[in-house]
Amino acid sequence: MNNRVMSDASIMNTSAWQDLAPLLSVRDVNKYYAPGKGCGPVNFDLYPGEVMGIVGESGSGKSTLLSCLSARQTPDSGQIIYNSEQFGEMDLYAGDESERRVLMRSEWGIVHQHARDGLRMNVSAGANIGERLMAVGQRHYGDIRAKAEEWLEAVEIDANRIDDRPSQFSGGMQQRLQIARNLVTHPRLIFMDEPTGGLDVSVQARLLDLLRNLVSQLGLSVIIVTHDLAVARLLAHRLMVMRRGEVVESGLTDQVLDDPQHPYTQLLVSSILQN
Amino acid sequence: MSTATGYNFAYLDEQSKRMIRRAILKAVAIPGYQVPFGGREMPLPHGWGTGGMQVTASVIGEADRLKVIDQGADDTTNAVSIRRFFATTAGVETTESTAAASLIQTRHRIPETPLQADQILIYQVPIPEPLRFIEPRETETRKMHALSEYGAMQVKLYEDVARFGHIATSYDYPVMVNNRYMMDPSPIPKFDNPKMNRMPALQLFGAGFEKRIYAVPPYTEVKSLDFDDYPFEVQRWDENCAICGSDHSFLDEVIIDDAGSKMFVCSDTDYCRSRQTNATESATATEETLS
Amino acid sequence: MYVAVKGGEKAIDNAHALMRKTRRGDESITELTVEQIREQLPLAVDRVMNEGSVYDPELAALALKQASGDAVEAIFLLRAYRTTLPRIGYSEPLDTEAMQIERRISGTFKDLPGGQVLGSTYDYTHRLLDFTLLAEGEAPISALDPETSDEETLDACPRVLELLNKEGLIEQSREADEADHTPADLTREPVNYPAERAVRLQNLVRGDEGFLLSLSYASMRGYGDSHPFAGELRSGRVNVELVPEELGFAIEIGDLFLTECEMVNQFHGNKNQPPQFTRGYGLAFGRSERKAMSVALVERSLRAEELGEEVLYPNQDQEFVLSHSDCVSANGFVSHLKLPHYVDFQSELEMIRRLRREIAAATDEENNK
Repeated sequence: MNNRVMSDASIMNTSAWQDLAPLLSVRDVNKYYAPGKGCGPVNFDLYPGEVMGIVGESGSGKSTLLSCLSARQTPDSGQIIYNSEQFGEMDLYAGDESERRVLMRSEWGIVHQHARDGLRMNVSAGANIGERLMAVGQRHYGDIRAKAEEWLEAVEIDANRIDDRPSQFSGGMQQRLQIARNLVTHPRLIFMDEPTGGLDVSVQARLLDLLRNLVSQLGLSVIIVTHDLAVARLLAHRLMVMRRGEVVESGLTDQVLDDPQHPYTQLLVSSILQN
Repeated sequence: MSTATGYNFAYLDEQSKRMIRRAILKAVAIPGYQVPFGGREMPLPHGWGTGGMQVTASVIGEADRLKVIDQGADDTTNAVSIRRFFATTAGVETTESTAAASLIQTRHRIPETPLQADQILIYQVPIPEPLRFIEPRETETRKMHALSEYGAMQVKLYEDVARFGHIATSYDYPVMVNNRYMMDPSPIPKFDNPKMNRMPALQLFGAGFEKRIYAVPPYTEVKSLDFDDYPFEVQRWDENCAICGSDHSFLDEVIIDDAGSKMFVCSDTDYCRSRQTNATESATATEETLS
Repeated sequence: MYVAVKGGEKAIDNAHALMRKTRRGDESITELTVEQIREQLPLAVDRVMNEGSVYDPELAALALKQASGDAVEAIFLLRAYRTTLPRIGYSEPLDTEAMQIERRISGTFKDLPGGQVLGSTYDYTHRLLDFTLLAEGEAPISALDPETSDEETLDACPRVLELLNKEGLIEQSREADEADHTPADLTREPVNYPAERAVRLQNLVRGDEGFLLSLSYASMRGYGDSHPFAGELRSGRVNVELVPEELGFAIEIGDLFLTECEMVNQFHGNKNQPPQFTRGYGLAFGRSERKAMSVALVERSLRAEELGEEVLYPNQDQEFVLSHSDCVSANGFVSHLKLPHYVDFQSELEMIRRLRREIAAATDEENNK
């Protein structure tokens, strides 16, 4: 039900989003390992159905920020408020860890840059997809397997590869498997860390196409970290540009990329044009 | 009573025993939950039954009759060693008869003779954490238990079915206790798992160097993990015991010559012996009736 | 007819008798005395005391004799004895600053108050076998005439790291509320992760010397973030004081020979804290320098999390280090593989035969199609 509403939201314009309650509100989040190594302060709101891109060079703090947002790294300070289906409005790190863990296997999904961080490499594709189902209590082997086949096909992997291990898959297939593994429990919010990093250009294009379709079909909200502005332009509604841990510019994707205001963003955009 | 000089009854000092009994009480109150306890050094190596020994030492009294088995047998080296230890330090009576024992310390088997309400079965546990090989970190497994996050264990079973057509774990087969905690039954064969369910006797589990005690109170539900459409099943043998003829007990395979010929005999030596004795008696009785 | 393996009790007795015979060796050679071990193999005795967790050179020497010189077995013997000892009381914290120093070196300052004292060490010897020892022709000690005799020790002198502390360049060694806090005792309570620093240190001091040495080596070779300096290494006697309840004031009950190591490590600071030096601490019974240094290095690695450093390697991971450091546990569990596993193996045999049968049947079926 909810998914339907959100998929409508995904085609709304930004002003319409402002009328809804944010799904995620980030307030003064700071996390530093050492001076210049980390991120913050960061502030933004993410609305249902919205895709937020975080761009910047490696070392700009975008991955640290993603870890903080996705409940994997406690920030030094600041607040992250998430509007949960199950728990209502919750301050992520002030609340119980058990709730964060429930979120991670139900309402949230995380797609890692390296498939090995997001998949169990030593068990079959079917088990990888089935794990979240079993985690929420499903105990019928036949049903779990049928669901796994369904999701393999949804991410364009031949269902008869179900008993193969991820290590037998190509890089692009591994990423698609990771996505299927996350989507099987119908999450609302997906975090993606350079999902196309390390893939060939043609493989990237196919993955991006798939992602774009899934995001709009399922009405997903997404926070995607990437250093690739082309990826950001294709997927993100809004962008945040980070440099040395701080957000230097943010706005609608087209605005930021076509008319960059901050010199650093200008440099980023011009460097991509030269390529 | 022959107690070892210089040591308290059953080796451990009373303070330590009390601490262990408190852990046992907690374990009984929360079936299947691993209770940390201040495990003591024992004069046997870790991994050789020090956990079971500490539990036995804490619950044993002068009136108890102790049986110790390893792999089902009373005469394997480690069983002998532990039985001697308590005979010396506690001076209690020992027995090889399952029915006659009030306390049974075991490694890797549950006796074939059903246990009764006035008996206690004490398991030696090497690794108490059923999730250890899925997640080595204890901070993590503790949370998984607290939140009943047992999906990862089911993944292992899923893989078995996908690859072999059935679940291929043959011993140390994880169970759910009282529908709440996932528990490692110690490395007993899965053949023994059904005996744990609603057992009239109290079952205590001691892991010495891991410093954990857990328990299954009498008549508690113990369910082996499985799938609705791939239910749990135990191993079966085509052969019968070569000594007592049993067709329903766990059989050990014995190689009897250089050519590798084998025979199968009961792993539970007391059970096998009592069946032989009964057979001889009834044969004699039959003869008497006939004559 | 097959006869089940019997006679376990007799076999065990015989094995033990044989072990005693092997231990004694050739009876025409004089039996080694515990005293000789204590006096002439003091470094072996020190290791057994450390990991055996009791300061008693005589019992440690006895354990070594009984264990045929096997350190791990000797440590186990001492541990099993230790656990039966009553707790009479807890001593006051040792004041190592007041140590009567026999050896004291610093890798950070060339000269310092109190100076560098080399003491007794193998450090600068050339590792050449001394065949005069083989011929038992060692010159009497008096003829060696060391310029400093055993009795001549250096009086108490301040710790090297205090010099840095005065400038505020190094973290405080004590927590502000330390006095109010009774550290946990890992021999009485199970370790609960994450473990506090006191528990980590207790575990490391009892930890296997080889394991800790290798971990610290790894941390210095890049599997870790350790760039340490040996701020100070000192050995000597330290008084032990106890406050008996009926007296209410401290009395001296004896002394211990200890080796203490303080490592100086970098800390890069974070947004809230400027860079400063941090400490890794090690303390061990006897002249166990390798042990004290390894403890100090690993101890610092294990502080990664509390200092907000990234935890990337096993030596920074307290569950990995603390759960595997104990040689008594490690040895017990590895050696338990020698126990019978007939039942488990039988279960596996049955399973693997069944799987092979099923695969063979499936292949046959396939072929018959």
